[in-house]
Amino acid sequence: MNKLSTSALSLSLAVGLALGATTVAGEAKAKAWEPKKPIEFVIMAGKGGGADRLARFIQGIIEKHKMSPKPLIPINKGGGSGAEALQYLKAKNGDPHVILATLNSYYTTPLRQPKLGIDISKYTPIARLAEDTFQLWVHVDSGINSVKDYVAAVKKAGKKGWKMGGTGKGAEDSLVTGMLMKKFGIDMTYVPYKGGGKVAKELIGKHINSTVNNPAEQVGFWDAGKSKPLASFTPPGMLKGKWGKIPTFQDLGHGSDMVYYMQRSIVAPGGIADDVRDFYVSLFQKVYTSSEWQGYLNKKGLIPGWLTGDKLQAYFIAEKAKHAKLLGK
Amino acid sequence: MEILGHLADGFLISFEPLNLALVIFGAMVGLFIGAMPGLGSVNGVAILLPMTFLVPPTSAIIFLGAIYYGAMYGGAISSIMLGIPGASTAVATTFDGRPLALKGQADKALVAAATASFVGGTISVILFTAFAPPLAEVALAFGPPEEFALMMLAFATFIGLGGDDIPKTFFSIFIGLVLSAVGLDVVSGEPRLIFMDLPGFLHGVNFLVLAIGIYGIGEMLWTVETSRGNVSMSKATVSAKRVMAALRELVGTWKTMLMGSFLGYFVGILPAAGATPGSLMAYGVAKSIAKDPSTYGKGNVDGVVAPEAANNAASTGSMLPMLTLGIPGSPTTAILLGGMVIWGLEPGPLLFVDHKEFVWGLIASLYSANLFSLLINIAFIPAFIAVLKLPFTILAPVIFALCVVGGYVPTLDMHDVWLMFIFGVVGYLMRKLDYPLAPAVLAIVLGPLAERSVRQSLIGSHGDITIFFQRPISGTIMVVAIILLVMPLYKIIRDRMKAGRDEGGAA
Repeated sequence: MNKLSTSALSLSLAVGLALGATTVAGEAKAKAWEPKKPIEFVIMAGKGGGADRLARFIQGIIEKHKMSPKPLIPINKGGGSGAEALQYLKAKNGDPHVILATLNSYYTTPLRQPKLGIDISKYTPIARLAEDTFQLWVHVDSGINSVKDYVAAVKKAGKKGWKMGGTGKGAEDSLVTGMLMKKFGIDMTYVPYKGGGKVAKELIGKHINSTVNNPAEQVGFWDAGKSKPLASFTPPGMLKGKWGKIPTFQDLGHGSDMVYYMQRSIVAPGGIADDVRDFYVSLFQKVYTSSEWQGYLNKKGLIPGWLTGDKLQAYFIAEKAKHAKLLGK
Repeated sequence: MEILGHLADGFLISFEPLNLALVIFGAMVGLFIGAMPGLGSVNGVAILLPMTFLVPPTSAIIFLGAIYYGAMYGGAISSIMLGIPGASTAVATTFDGRPLALKGQADKALVAAATASFVGGTISVILFTAFAPPLAEVALAFGPPEEFALMMLAFATFIGLGGDDIPKTFFSIFIGLVLSAVGLDVVSGEPRLIFMDLPGFLHGVNFLVLAIGIYGIGEMLWTVETSRGNVSMSKATVSAKRVMAALRELVGTWKTMLMGSFLGYFVGILPAAGATPGSLMAYGVAKSIAKDPSTYGKGNVDGVVAPEAANNAASTGSMLPMLTLGIPGSPTTAILLGGMVIWGLEPGPLLFVDHKEFVWGLIASLYSANLFSLLINIAFIPAFIAVLKLPFTILAPVIFALCVVGGYVPTLDMHDVWLMFIFGVVGYLMRKLDYPLAPAVLAIVLGPLAERSVRQSLIGSHGDITIFFQRPISGTIMVVAIILLVMPLYKIIRDRMKAGRDEGGAA
């Protein structure tokens, strides 16, 4: 009897589950979640910077191909190195009409300002769209042609005589500068500017001696023969086209630890329903596969790297740990 | 000659029917956006950017350029008519435009604003046409010490004014500087001066919130007090005859117009400055070189002409670093830059070579955008004047609602609306106590720029202050700034000594 009833039970359970599953799937297909009002597209940086331009580019792709039934409205919340945006996302827990475009301050800001009480594992990861890279740049008139020349020049000039431009203490380029100084036992003066575009201009105007810019920030000057890259902070073979011709630090025999990326991802507040998340994942998958996005990645020396769900969350956690080490926290 | 050929090609492009229609449409949209408090050219361009995918890139930039321009004209309208700055670039226009309107000369102020905008815009486009590449070099030569010297010059022009009470001017500037320091440290990125840990202060004190509070809310309180409720607004009239008379009177302000145009253009070229500092500096310079500075702030036409010529000139100027260096000269050009990326154009030194039709089509369209903005603006003046004839009981709630919208829109944060009310009350009290308010507004705009550049300079020089005097450009500007600062002191001492001697002689 026992045996019979168990199997009957399991049979009915299985049928029930199957039925349930089909109804859920059917319902989801019939009315998958769609935004009911414009979506707030929060940018954790000020207007006009690299992150802002990229976010508006993404908005443009979505708009151009009408990928979303409701428009995305970009809102800049760059205060406190993005602390303002992260707190906003926390306050919007469960709100399906808010998403955030992140960069590395997504981990560094909570690490540097523990008082904010931000736990990024509470947010909902949507998609990683790319990883941006960094190169070491100098002016063409500097007479420096290699990392070896560079190290020699910095050593000769000393801390007071060598200015490295960047975007602020704790910013990505300051971490890369720190790696550089540690690796080669050199010292220089780090001067912070507002945004990577300004840093690039200061190098061309010869107000600073070197920079660690993203490709997009220097490519115009490189093409015009004003600046040149000495080495990429990537593993060998990652970059394509003209970017691939730049040696990496590993190619030059400086070990495999001189690697740093800037992630470009989208996250949503915590506590949102699964079908809301699925809407955004499929929206950004369309962005990712669009010819505009792929063309941009190629031209601007970014590494494609689609990641979503638990894998993306694991990536965030690992990157956060890596940055805790870099920041000495 | 080569340039003239390019320009002729550009005109052919800008006079294509589609592009011409877009210029006119853009100028009208811009006029409206600029006139709405809280909505400036930044919002206008950002909102309409996605619409431009429907047309080719050259038409798109022509459309957005016309909006940018129209907004510079439109900002003056609410500054003059309602005393609420229509856009951050038009704050300086309220200083004298509003008093003129209260005197019943709103039509004169509007004509002056439109004409000065046209002159400033046209002069700057001519400069752009003829000297774009060498001026890009000037922008490159400006490092942190030069930027700081320029900021010092701006402050000096505001202090070095004969008419105002100098200690009170200093006090007003310091209030503005303290407010500008709220938010995030420009170098370390740490939060600072976060009052009561309110998260709304993390993004700093928005300059428009201060300006709308002081000039919009404060102005209303002031009107309520002085009129004791039974207000008939100003006795505004307009006729073709009066407009012609106003135009004739404007001929006398040609020096101010030229000064505003050149200064505005130059400040616009420098990355990160833009039209707002340009217009404020032009106002300060106009006042400090005037024969009778005490008439400023009380309805002097030159006080409208200077900032209006400058803000249009600066908006052209800020396109130069955008196109040649790929660096936005103002928040609006930052958005335009984003647009260029979407259209597949690479801003930077090679744009002038690789995309001639785009660059020259844009430049040529700026000439026509200016002309159409002027015509549209003049044509609408009777309609604007009609608004002023509304009874105060209707106008006051409208102004109030516009202030609230204007305070809320830039950050979408109610925090800023409350802050605006507080500034309104404080501004009203400061005015009662005869404190000049314009220097506080100047300080909150220039404070962050000055702080960043002085700290960058000193980090670079390892604390050596002489860096500001060692470099030829910054040294020259610094010396001029110091002379301007010392001049009123010298005047005061001279006047006192003279007065002393006279008394001595009489006794």
